[in-house]
Amino acid sequence: MTAEEIIAAIAPAVPGATYEALVSADAAVTPTILVPREHILATCQALQRPGLEFVAFSDVTAVDFHPNRVPRFDLVYHLVSPHRRARVRLKVRINAQEAIDTLSPLYPGAGWPEREVYDLFGIVFDNHTDMRRIMMPEDWEGHPLRKDYPVQLRKDAQTYMPLQVSEEEFKANMERDRFQRGSRKPQ
Amino acid sequence: MGLETDYEIPVLTTSAEFMIQWARRSAIWPVAFGLACCAIEMMATGAGRYDMARFGAEVFRGSPRQADLMIIAGRLSRKMAPAMRRIYDQMPEPKWVISMGACASCGGVFDNYAIVQGADQVVPVDVFIPGCPPRPEALIYGIVQLQKKIAASKLDQTPRVRIA
Repeated sequence: MTAEEIIAAIAPAVPGATYEALVSADAAVTPTILVPREHILATCQALQRPGLEFVAFSDVTAVDFHPNRVPRFDLVYHLVSPHRRARVRLKVRINAQEAIDTLSPLYPGAGWPEREVYDLFGIVFDNHTDMRRIMMPEDWEGHPLRKDYPVQLRKDAQTYMPLQVSEEEFKANMERDRFQRGSRKPQ
Repeated sequence: MGLETDYEIPVLTTSAEFMIQWARRSAIWPVAFGLACCAIEMMATGAGRYDMARFGAEVFRGSPRQADLMIIAGRLSRKMAPAMRRIYDQMPEPKWVISMGACASCGGVFDNYAIVQGADQVVPVDVFIPGCPPRPEALIYGIVQLQKKIAASKLDQTPRVRIA
């Protein structure tokens, strides 16, 4: 199925969306379609319907074209149809401040790859239930795979772990443990 | 140290310091802590072909509380640094650290934001071993160097807490 045929199949289900078939070297295996940012969820819903059945989520990643292009990012989705043994690649052009709908309601496996894209590129996914960093430490600053991020970052290594409990919780736990052991409170 | 043969039972005389440091250097138990490909060489060093047991250092402990030596075998990422510091803090005194390989010693080829450029930013290192990765002979040489360092150190120098 070529990109044009896929576009013809999904276009009636997504009113208002304008798709574009992109040239790719592996078009015979993986046709590539440019999708408008606001229609990504509806497009994937249409791609899951009978006849296309792109029901498996392979991956989502991003490409940063800074400073050569605005919008700077390409989000690249790979979907698989196991029944038809077919693949499709969706590209979404997006800028740093813009947000995009999460695909995790449609594909439960999309949650963590989207967290990875958020962690390394800083692209925020709307309606994501757990939009945290997944690779870098939780208190990391910046998004390392952006082109304007310094590769050779010089700073001291952090040697402590962030506290898991607050000071009040810690004291309450200590009091509770002391009570359970049956020893007396300190005077 | 001298051997007194006038007695019926042979007696060795030596200093307590020599005896204690001899015991410490002859059974350096490393904590089982591998970070990357250097850990493969570390495992080979412990296995039969190179046999670190000849130097008393083959007992890799699963718990840092039973270990004397930490071999930092591999690149240390910034996310791993707090965990490694915690393992080091859990080891009882006296304790020693070997930085194995280029990555642990200076970042190696990973000159980037994610890797700590030298594990001595996190823990005090006694012996640095070059190589990428070092061969088992190099690790054994490093352990022998550490044994020499322990033998040459005074008792009151050995327990120390340094903040890296």
